[in-house]
Amino acid sequence: MLQKLQNSRNGLGLVFMAPATILLVLFLTYPLGLGVWLGFTDTKIGRGGEFIGLENYEFLWEDSVTRLALFNTLFYTFIASVLKFFLGLWLAVLLNEKMPYKTFFRSVILLPYIVPTALSALAFWWLYDAQFSIISWILIKMGWIDHYIDFLGDPWNARFSVLAANVWRGVPFVAITLLAGLQTISPSLYEAAAIDGATAWQRFKHITLPLLTPMIAVVMTFSVLFTFTDFQLIYVITRGGPLNATHLMATLSFQRAISGGALGEGAAIAIAMVPFLLAAILFSYFGLQRRAWQQGGSDK
Amino acid sequence: MSTSLEDDSQGMSYLDTVRSRWVTVYIPLGIFVFVLLFPFYWMVITSVKPNKELLSRDGNPFWVIQPTLDHFHKLLFKTAYPEWLWNTVFISVIATVVSLVCAVLAAYAIERLRFKGSRQVGLGIFLAYLVPPSILFIPLATIVFKLGLFDTRWALILTYPTFLIPFCTWLLMGYFRSIPFELEECALIDGATRFEILWKIILPLSVPGLISAGIFAFTLSWNEFIYALTFISSSEVKTVPVGVVTELVEGDVYHWGSLMAGALLGSLPVAVLYSFFVEHYVSGMTGAVKE
Repeated sequence: MLQKLQNSRNGLGLVFMAPATILLVLFLTYPLGLGVWLGFTDTKIGRGGEFIGLENYEFLWEDSVTRLALFNTLFYTFIASVLKFFLGLWLAVLLNEKMPYKTFFRSVILLPYIVPTALSALAFWWLYDAQFSIISWILIKMGWIDHYIDFLGDPWNARFSVLAANVWRGVPFVAITLLAGLQTISPSLYEAAAIDGATAWQRFKHITLPLLTPMIAVVMTFSVLFTFTDFQLIYVITRGGPLNATHLMATLSFQRAISGGALGEGAAIAIAMVPFLLAAILFSYFGLQRRAWQQGGSDK
Repeated sequence: MSTSLEDDSQGMSYLDTVRSRWVTVYIPLGIFVFVLLFPFYWMVITSVKPNKELLSRDGNPFWVIQPTLDHFHKLLFKTAYPEWLWNTVFISVIATVVSLVCAVLAAYAIERLRFKGSRQVGLGIFLAYLVPPSILFIPLATIVFKLGLFDTRWALILTYPTFLIPFCTWLLMGYFRSIPFELEECALIDGATRFEILWKIILPLSVPGLISAGIFAFTLSWNEFIYALTFISSSEVKTVPVGVVTELVEGDVYHWGSLMAGALLGSLPVAVLYSFFVEHYVSGMTGAVKE
């Protein structure tokens, strides 16, 4: 009887898993493998390619645009993640305070995260317009600058402009998830610390931060993962320009593969991102490990 | 460290003076809210401004003197925008339903059937969640082309579940875990089949989870950009985000009014949906991260 139940469990498990597995294998696992293979070929759109070994990677290593894109991606990811973390944590702490209209604030904060990024990116494009930017207009009226800022025409201006848009979009996610973590911290800990004479900063440093660390590790991994592979913002606001100054790995691989037709080369650029993503995931894994022993459990 | 020396105020927040609350809480929060919402205000105000006001540097740009619906009119009657809206709704709804069905079955199997290797499958699902579309779109494009789905809605309906199923499964696994085993055991003793248990006991108890997963999946499909940009080339099959970005941007003269109207109309459905289900949405977002 027990044996039969066990059998049907495995059988049923197979049946229940089938739809999800078929879709995921066909459209996720297989393309992942195919992508690795394409990276070793000289496939073009409309023409099957041949195996050329590491030629794509050798070419890309020498290619100055790819190097620039790698630099941009690392720069973009690093600065944006650091900013998102600090601003997100700050916002989470603010939202955790007692105040009127708390739920309202909490809801509207998340708007940048839920609307289509491509569409909010358009709004940023308009905010950064060289002739009619409202930001320039305000700064001129305040007398801080005397001519309109060329937000997207100058390489460094453009880099910081897209960076700001990315941070704008990412902060709500970090803040709301960290807020969920903050709410699980018992207020009695803070009261006890306050009675012992701990200052606000000490309470934050010795209670909030350690208890929030596991959550921070996971949230920041997601944040890094999606910032590193970002595509929409750049595609909409600058298309990688000016002079490739804002090209990220993802936008460059799109340009080479889809616009340029060099599928093999584009795939190689995309696959080159994988080691970085793996590093991010490992980081998250060890973050989770820490969570286990912090809660008195044993490391797996 | 100097902060800790200077800050010798003691006690909890309710002991703070009103003035320090303003400085430490309300003003920073106000700035955050302003910055996070300003682009939306700017979208709205631009979409109802006549071109004459848009292209003049005089007057107060924050307000509109003669509001107009011209941009919306142009959008709805002179472009393919209504078709894009319909495509987006169609694709998002079907992709969401397909993903939910797959995810419910998979999550139940992993959490409750506990078949051999279910732990590994669960981990695999989580890893699938971490694979970003930006590294998949090139090989997927060749697959979509070979299957003869290129430039059809089905290309998107079949590829969206690759990021929706892992997310929904992960979320639902958490919900199913919270349902007591005893309920299921009772039903099993009474002779119910696994399907009946799933349908009559588990699903009714996990309605909040289903709503969270559904809303989230719908939003993710609605907002998807890179697949829709790569797999679709004809205007009549495009989704809203891709249509607005690729077709409304013409030449060197940008029609900011209609662009912002398009962005606004494309954002409204998810914003409205979100406003109805804020709590589900937030719990879905944090739930998927927490596990």
